[in-house]
Amino acid sequence: MPPQLWAGTMGRRLIAVNFDYSDDQKFLKNEARKFLDGNCTSAHVRKVLDNADLSYDADLWKGVGAQGWLGAAIPEEHGGLGLGRVELCAIAEELGRACAPIPFASTVYFLAEALMMAGSDAQKAKWLPKIAAGDVIGAFATSEGPGVVNAANLQSNVVGGKLTGVKIPVTDGDIADVAVVLANEGGKPGLFLVELAGAGVTRETLKTLDPTRSVAKITFSGAAAERLGDAGEGFALTEAVFDRAAVLLAFEQLGGSDRCLEMAKDYAMDRYAFGRTIAGYQAIKHKLADMYVKNELARSNAYFGAWALNVGAAELPIAAAAARVASSEAFWFASKENVQTHGGMGFTWAVDCHLYYRRSRQLALVAGAPKVWKERLVQQLERRNAA
Amino acid sequence: MDFNDSPEEAAFRIEVRTWLEANAPKKVDTKKMSEPEILKLAKAWQATKAAARFTCMTWPEALGGRGATPIQNVIYNQEESKFDVPRGFFDIGLGMCVPTVMAFANDETKQRFVAPAVRGEEIWCQLFSEPSAGSDVAGLRTRAVKDGDDWVINGQKVWTSGAHYCDFGILLVRTNPDVPKHKGLTMFWIDMKAPGVEVRPIHQMSGGSNFNEVYFTDLRVNDSQRLGAVGDGWKVALVTLMNERLAVGGSTGPNYAEIMALARSTVTEDGNALANDAFREKLADWYVQAEGLKLTRFRTMTALSRGQTPGPESSIGKIISANQLQDLSNSAIELEDQFGIITDTAIAPMEAAFQQSLMWAPGLRIAGGTDEILKNIIAERVLGLPGDVRVDKDVAFKDMPTGR
Repeated sequence: MPPQLWAGTMGRRLIAVNFDYSDDQKFLKNEARKFLDGNCTSAHVRKVLDNADLSYDADLWKGVGAQGWLGAAIPEEHGGLGLGRVELCAIAEELGRACAPIPFASTVYFLAEALMMAGSDAQKAKWLPKIAAGDVIGAFATSEGPGVVNAANLQSNVVGGKLTGVKIPVTDGDIADVAVVLANEGGKPGLFLVELAGAGVTRETLKTLDPTRSVAKITFSGAAAERLGDAGEGFALTEAVFDRAAVLLAFEQLGGSDRCLEMAKDYAMDRYAFGRTIAGYQAIKHKLADMYVKNELARSNAYFGAWALNVGAAELPIAAAAARVASSEAFWFASKENVQTHGGMGFTWAVDCHLYYRRSRQLALVAGAPKVWKERLVQQLERRNAA
Repeated sequence: MDFNDSPEEAAFRIEVRTWLEANAPKKVDTKKMSEPEILKLAKAWQATKAAARFTCMTWPEALGGRGATPIQNVIYNQEESKFDVPRGFFDIGLGMCVPTVMAFANDETKQRFVAPAVRGEEIWCQLFSEPSAGSDVAGLRTRAVKDGDDWVINGQKVWTSGAHYCDFGILLVRTNPDVPKHKGLTMFWIDMKAPGVEVRPIHQMSGGSNFNEVYFTDLRVNDSQRLGAVGDGWKVALVTLMNERLAVGGSTGPNYAEIMALARSTVTEDGNALANDAFREKLADWYVQAEGLKLTRFRTMTALSRGQTPGPESSIGKIISANQLQDLSNSAIELEDQFGIITDTAIAPMEAAFQQSLMWAPGLRIAGGTDEILKNIIAERVLGLPGDVRVDKDVAFKDMPTGR
């Protein structure tokens, strides 16, 4: 042992002996996989990828709704299944694995979570049952240009209940029925619910790195806007929604990373070069071992996020940040090294590697880039130290 | 998913905690004590634990254990880690060597050795690695030649932890060089104080000496000291290595919290080091890795608690922790700027913890399986990728090409 031993300072939670999915949750996850194996194959994903006019797979969306997944975490009184967030995480993991081309995250992780967190009774009663029933697609609109939106550069503005401004990019903004929009009102930032079919809304679908998910530019010119949550709390609420979404997105990322490792392994086992399978070369073995290590670190951090989200723990901000950083890193690494392991075939449109390479970028950016989350994580550490 | 013990586990935890509070020795400052003095304290504590059956807990009662479940063992270790008791002297012996003796020795030998080892009166070491057989330990060269009822042993072992204070050891030697390397090995137990055994400390690059070289010159070992059949040494060694204790240990050096404290009190070119963007990004990465490892141990414990065999996820630990220690230590000394070169514990920040861990980290990346071997293990045993092409499989050991 080294001459000087330093005890870790994070001995707070030394123990955990129930840190995995329960049997029921595993069953649900397995059922989700079976459903997606049949209803979300590579061909389904590619239908959206290859058709510029198609923003999502409507049949899959309908099927997912029929499975009850859209309302999995919505209370029964609002038409949901009233399951916990861990169950939703299990579903998210499978959706990520299947690279599902549907507005699930926008609707469930962002809109529904924002409503459940900050919505009035009337807002919850109006929207949550529709979300659970699959009658509504949601969107969450904060960004207005390259870089991070903040109090100094936020332009969108609400006057007399009418919203003016431009939001870009808005994931699923072109197909959403309702968006949660970050805007100022009387100089105070707030979140606002805006129905997108109404007057004063212009939408334009954008080209993106991941055409299996849809993104729009939305121009508001006097659209009716209803405040969601307290005035002046726009940025705090946005961060709180991002914390919740980050955990759920981390599970989608994890599902994607696991799939990339599987693909890389399967290909390497079957590909022969210099007289033997390339899976026997250490350059490949070590690459895949690195993927495995990153995926397991991501899984452990994601589980902690799931726990914190499920019980509403005070640790949620730091747990969410750690989950997001670890999963973003794992998926990026696994998706790029999966292409590399496939060699020239991996660079073709025909092989699925690029679907995950694209999706890893979409998921890493949609709730703020990893760099932003690293900063948030360190701020949480500083806060914890000060306390 | 929660952080609660089951009712049975909670009750056991309270039992353990109560016993520890009543029996754990008072904290002593071991910094200025010599190793023999610390060892004396450790032996006394081991005897106390053995009397209450809080050591070797998963072993049957007849062998000094209490037939405990693996999770009860983990709970005890967690609780004990909150007390400042001497530890580390018995892990290899009781975790790896004595279980091998129990599996392969005759009743008489077991009667003689198991109980004193459990009580801490006799300590065992493991003699496998050699200068030319590290990752490829089956390539070892120490020779045993039959002479009547005895075997005569000549050769050298290396990286033997604790050989200088150990009483006995298990020794893997080559008994037949005319067959392929794995087939010509045999295991023995030996008396470390016997004539023909010489222990020399290794002077590490870190400056310390935590390991030894052990030389054998015409060491005579009776055939009754053989563990397993002649030529079955590799199978016996695999049992030893499989008995490697489930590692639930804590940190092995300064972590993100310590470097954060250092950064807070350090001025760099653009102000307080903790305000530096590049540093903050690294800090986040270290935190995510360290937390990830801690939480991965929780998953291992969960599997144990549910009566399952822990999954392969526990194999990632040392790759991450050793590399992080090296990276974090180097960042810390660079943070200290010109001052980072100083190792004087009275002057350097945090008693030179970062300088010390910088010099220790290279060893951690090698000991107990190098980074590269661990990645092979993950690739082959976890992911199921094929093993390497083996050019030595069907070649007699004596015909194998060797370097130095």
